Amino acid sequence: MQLNDLYKDIILDHYQSPHNRGRPPQADIEAEGSNPLCGDEVEIYVLLDGERLQEVRFDGVGCAISLAAASMMSEVLEGKSKEEVGNIGELFKAMMHGEDVILPEEMEDLESLKGVAKFPLRVKCALLPWTTLEHGLANEDAGHRVSIEVD
Amino acid sequence: MESGVSDEIGFDVHAVRQDFPILGTQVHGKPLVYLDSAATSQKPQAIIDSLVDYYTRYNANVHRGIYTLSEQATAAYENARTKIARFINAPSPECIIFTRNTTEAINLVRYTWGTENVRSDDEILISEMEHHSNLVPWQLLAQEQGAELRFLRVNNEGRLMLDGLDVLITEKTRLVAVTHVSNVLGTINPVKGIIKKAHKYGALVLLDAAQSVPHMPVDVQELDCDFLAFSGHKMMGPTGVGVLYAKPHLLEAMPPFMGGGSMIRQVMLTESTWADVPQKFEAGTPNIADVIALGAAVDYLNDLGMANVREHEIQITQYALDQMREVSGIKLFGPWEIQIRAGVVSFVLDGVHPHDIAQILDSEAVAVRAGHHCCQPLMRRFNVPATARASFYAYTTEEEIDALVEGIHKAQRVFGHAIERSV
Ligand SMILES: Cc1ncc(COP(=O)(O)O)c(C=O)c1O
Repeated sequence: MQLNDLYKDIILDHYQSPHNRGRPPQADIEAEGSNPLCGDEVEIYVLLDGERLQEVRFDGVGCAISLAAASMMSEVLEGKSKEEVGNIGELFKAMMHGEDVILPEEMEDLESLKGVAKFPLRVKCALLPWTTLEHGLANEDAGHRVSIEVD
Repeated sequence: MESGVSDEIGFDVHAVRQDFPILGTQVHGKPLVYLDSAATSQKPQAIIDSLVDYYTRYNANVHRGIYTLSEQATAAYENARTKIARFINAPSPECIIFTRNTTEAINLVRYTWGTENVRSDDEILISEMEHHSNLVPWQLLAQEQGAELRFLRVNNEGRLMLDGLDVLITEKTRLVAVTHVSNVLGTINPVKGIIKKAHKYGALVLLDAAQSVPHMPVDVQELDCDFLAFSGHKMMGPTGVGVLYAKPHLLEAMPPFMGGGSMIRQVMLTESTWADVPQKFEAGTPNIADVIALGAAVDYLNDLGMANVREHEIQITQYALDQMREVSGIKLFGPWEIQIRAGVVSFVLDGVHPHDIAQILDSEAVAVRAGHHCCQPLMRRFNVPATARASFYAYTTEEEIDALVEGIHKAQRVFGHAIERSV
């Protein structure tokens, strides 16, 4: 049982001093994701610049893993195209399912979540912001806030 | 007679623990500290033996065979009913209906008594502290019948605000369904007074006794409740068996729950007549082995003495409250007055989410629950998304509370300054 695999310093730093946290004055995509079983709720806001995600912000309540994952996600996706976002999302999911993936170099913070895969009950925490963003992108035309429940 | 009790000292928790094989095991190489008995209790060897004994010596269907094994199984099954009736001082064994759990017992009342007696514009009174299993069935019934669901509120200390009772109970109230003991706050509700008042208005009362029957003496005749539901697995018995107690005249009048074998007297092609109570409510082959083992659990609890169990839990809960309140940045929920407090302590910590608390405690082999505990409205009432919860039983020791408090300090260290991190 390696608690260090879960609560790495980078993760705790993101949890305690999150990046891009707080609702922006306006957003092109707004999605909220919740896990009613554990009470975690994240909101993801995206400002688009054509096909690119100009800015990603988040807010919500949750455990260290889900909030740190949201903070890291918002950082690494800034400026990425929707296609790139899809690819990174797939890589991240594969990593959470215990696959040995190689993440692009500038994404070493994300890599710190690798240990979460060893804690099956916590994988859903790390995936919550990603699933929420995915849902927001898939419903971009909705023109209003969309929400998704996961468990 | 099990070990664990002598007339002199009343209760020796370390002797009690010897009866529970799982309490001697390790998790991550550390001795298990099991503090989640409100979710499900651990089982003494006698209960495990009872299950093995049934399957090795007299496994047969009940109420059917005219051969020795079936007679033995039937006698043991009905004997368990008698033991459970005595345990809660029911007027007769026929008032005891076996279900799968508390949830099914409550739903049985909803589908039988409920559909016949709750009509549009009637009212059902429940409380804000109900477990979902004593909330959702009444939501469904109210929606189905066009009845109104009303709520007793909870104050900051975690007690029901009973001054509202006079306004909330009316001539239209058909049922008051409340929990005897809260599985989140530990509050022991003053149900006797509620029952008196409800009866004055002609309403019936269902008690969710999932957290009371396992932990304190409960006397259904003294309480005068109309229905009472509890689960075997929370009282040292196996999973898969629960109990509904109801007053005899109510059971007589109620329509059957499920249709099938065992619950009939005569079956024609287009209609049937029903077996007598309690068989009328026990369709199909019942959970024979687990019912018999629940009878063994009742024997075990009687040997400990329910008054002793309660006394032990008062001591251990007081100790836990005293130790936990010293932790900086902790918030404890529920009443401070130990006489109305069961062995359940929910808490939150500044800066550490309940899931992270539970995860770090697990690394010390301390098992607590984190989440909404099937009480989402209560979480909203207290403005928290979740809590961590430690809950105790006859086998809980002060050393285990110390391990809990140590673990909480560890969680604070992990989430504290990087330099202090020493995981
Ligand atoms: C107060 C209360 N009511 C009802 C239940 C439901 O019990 P079961 O899941 O055994 O049906 C529980 C158990 O979690 C409980 O604590």
